[in-house]
Amino acid sequence: MRAWFSRTGSILLWQLKQDRLRLVIWLVPIIAVTVLTAILFEGLYPDEGDRQRLAQSVLNPAITMLLGPAYGVEQYDIGAIMAHQMYLFTALATAIFSILTVSKHTREEESLGRMEIIRSLPTGRLAPLAAIMIHHTLSFVVLASGVGAGLYLLSVASISFEGALLYGVGISAVGLFFAAVTAVCAQLAESSRGTISLAFFVLIFSYAIRGLGDVSYDGLSWWSPLGWMLETRVMVDNHWWPVTLLLVMALLLTGLALYLNAKRDLGAGLLPARQGPRNASKWLQTQVGFTVTMQRVSIIAWAVGMLIFGATYGSVLGETGTYVAEIEIMKEMLNIDQLTGRALIEEFVSMLAVIITIFATVPVILSMYRLAKEEKLNRLESVVATATSKQSLLGIHLVIGLLYSLIVVSAAGIGMGLMGQRSVDGLQFMTVFETMMAYLPAIWVMLSLAALCVGIGRWLWITWAYLGYSFVVVYLGGALEFPEWMNKLSPFEWVPSLPVEDFKLINVLILTGIAVLISLLALASYRRRDLAG
Amino acid sequence: MSVLQTNGLTKRFGQVEALSGVDLEVDKGEIFGFIGPNGAGKSTTIRILLGILKATAGEATIFGQDVWHDAVKIHKRIAYVPGDVNLWPNLTGGQVIDYLVHLRGQKVNQERKQHLIERFQLDPTKKCRTYSKGNRQKVALVAAFAADCDLYILDEPTSGLDPLMERKFQELILEAKAEGKSVLLSSHILSEVEKLCDRIAIIRDGEVIETGTMSDLRHLTRTHLYVETEKTLVLPDQGIHEWKETDWGYQFQVDREVLDDVMQAIAQAGVTKIESAPPTLEDLFMRHYDVGEGDV
Repeated sequence: MRAWFSRTGSILLWQLKQDRLRLVIWLVPIIAVTVLTAILFEGLYPDEGDRQRLAQSVLNPAITMLLGPAYGVEQYDIGAIMAHQMYLFTALATAIFSILTVSKHTREEESLGRMEIIRSLPTGRLAPLAAIMIHHTLSFVVLASGVGAGLYLLSVASISFEGALLYGVGISAVGLFFAAVTAVCAQLAESSRGTISLAFFVLIFSYAIRGLGDVSYDGLSWWSPLGWMLETRVMVDNHWWPVTLLLVMALLLTGLALYLNAKRDLGAGLLPARQGPRNASKWLQTQVGFTVTMQRVSIIAWAVGMLIFGATYGSVLGETGTYVAEIEIMKEMLNIDQLTGRALIEEFVSMLAVIITIFATVPVILSMYRLAKEEKLNRLESVVATATSKQSLLGIHLVIGLLYSLIVVSAAGIGMGLMGQRSVDGLQFMTVFETMMAYLPAIWVMLSLAALCVGIGRWLWITWAYLGYSFVVVYLGGALEFPEWMNKLSPFEWVPSLPVEDFKLINVLILTGIAVLISLLALASYRRRDLAG
Repeated sequence: MSVLQTNGLTKRFGQVEALSGVDLEVDKGEIFGFIGPNGAGKSTTIRILLGILKATAGEATIFGQDVWHDAVKIHKRIAYVPGDVNLWPNLTGGQVIDYLVHLRGQKVNQERKQHLIERFQLDPTKKCRTYSKGNRQKVALVAAFAADCDLYILDEPTSGLDPLMERKFQELILEAKAEGKSVLLSSHILSEVEKLCDRIAIIRDGEVIETGTMSDLRHLTRTHLYVETEKTLVLPDQGIHEWKETDWGYQFQVDREVLDDVMQAIAQAGVTKIESAPPTLEDLFMRHYDVGEGDV
């Protein structure tokens, strides 16, 4: 049995050596953002009154769905604010880190044939998988200590040592859980893409289930590891047992992954690979058809995902009114006479529309970046060697990105519109749908920026950073009280927030114009530069 | 004494039978060639020998130990070079070589490593992402030969190497043999196999169809003949292949069994010129391969 784990230590060191930069890039920002937001919150909400006002603004189903239930609202201190506003999202970041890193060291190594070289040496059959799990355990011990120490050393009255530690341990336990999930997925899927998709599916499913459970269906959140983490009620009640549950499940899943790994052949997945057609169809033989076919599955998956995403939010819109009516403090704070339930709902519709469309931008950017990936993998060479120009390739990707944005945003709009119409009396489908569609020009600005990065051939991270910034502005801009100019740097802020605001054609036209301009620039720079690879 | 032995090795992937009863035996100090068309089962066999795949049935031992159960022990004494080497893009060739040798549990013999690097003209300070296919192949070769091993398992190790480097590789193999080491060489470069290997096995559709030394195998096959005669040449009906009549003479292949009859017929026709060539491995291979296609 020991032979199965032979040389785990050496492989572990090798993995850590390869990941030193990756670890810094992921773990340091998670610690830094946690500590910095705590400092920011403390500066922004020094007295009880400010904090109570914040509490009222976040006590609604939409926010609960997004962030999880707020515990300790009666005494919404900095600890409770952190636990409510930041806990779940930080946990998502650790989960994503785990998914990407574990799949890189397991299935990717295997499908690229590097695992074969390793395994031809006196290394144990299970050593690489065991090493990556130890790698994550160590990384998360560091993260938990870093976050815990960072929060505690701020000496904020409402953050106890126990609370700070549990905060760090909670997000780390979720990270470890998803590392184990990914390890299992790596045994099932036959490619690293498949592994990542499968693991992300589990993550999104966990997030969605917990959202529904927290808002309307009692008990549903128990089916989600993220629900368990929120059940720690960190900083408020500090329950430790849900963390134990997460860690035990992570251990069991790791055991399952090791078992499956021992059972299967190297290179094989347990899910069978299907056979494909013998010939390329007429459609596939065109460049447009080829590009669409390559992205077909992801387009459908994202469209369905956004439809469900929109529908989920749409279905809880109706409860916003009852929710407000139930809470005594909220009635007082919001002055129900002035702001009727209906206006409140419209307020949510416009807020949700930004968040959903920012999410919808992700697949659009990814679709554009496929061109950069094709180039990196040296597959573009054989395409450009035919009678296909580089500009037409970028142009096709721009057009597909445009269609892609239409598809995902309509899907989300239809989902939220239909469900919203059902759950709220008098809310028109078109009101919701238009609100969503108004954000398309902002997505196009992002798309054209992505195209420009591909055109220049570097700094691909800029688009992600800009999108991340736009999300922070929407998501935390209010709570962190950013100055107006900082908000206005995001294209999403320039879109008129229907149905609360009036439609401003000029803004929409300007955004579209900017997108067109950047696209032209992208085409020009792509034409002029060398292909890499 | 055999260092590697398989007995009725069988491997099924779902419904597909990739190997059906492969028998191989590699002796100590011998270079054993393993040839066959794409998809015949060469790499599957090698992966079973490396303990990476588990055989469905049959036995395989290296140094008398079971390849699956004692994989770690066996791997301390063998080196493997795949045909398609993929390396870690953000590390240098030198780093990868050290790591692979270290994983074997051996101290890196810097002198030997340096010697090999110079021999293959490899720049070990470059990141692996910038290496061409040939250079990645060199990294794997250096890592394999820098370690002290008793058996080398090489799966198309020279794909991507230029002829000069191929020559260096062949020298290296012969040196290893001179030191009493054994080599299992799977290759598509038949001239290379013919030049290096003591014995050869041909695999087709998951079965070993021929095994033996080059001269053993030649007995099984045809001799090329070119003759010019004074009179018209009349030959027996059986055992003559690829008959071609030119303005000056005749060109054909003869089966071993009828060679005597053919020589007498040629002598009677008044031979003015005769050239004969032994069959090459390529002829041998093509013949088996064509039969394979005929079966389908």
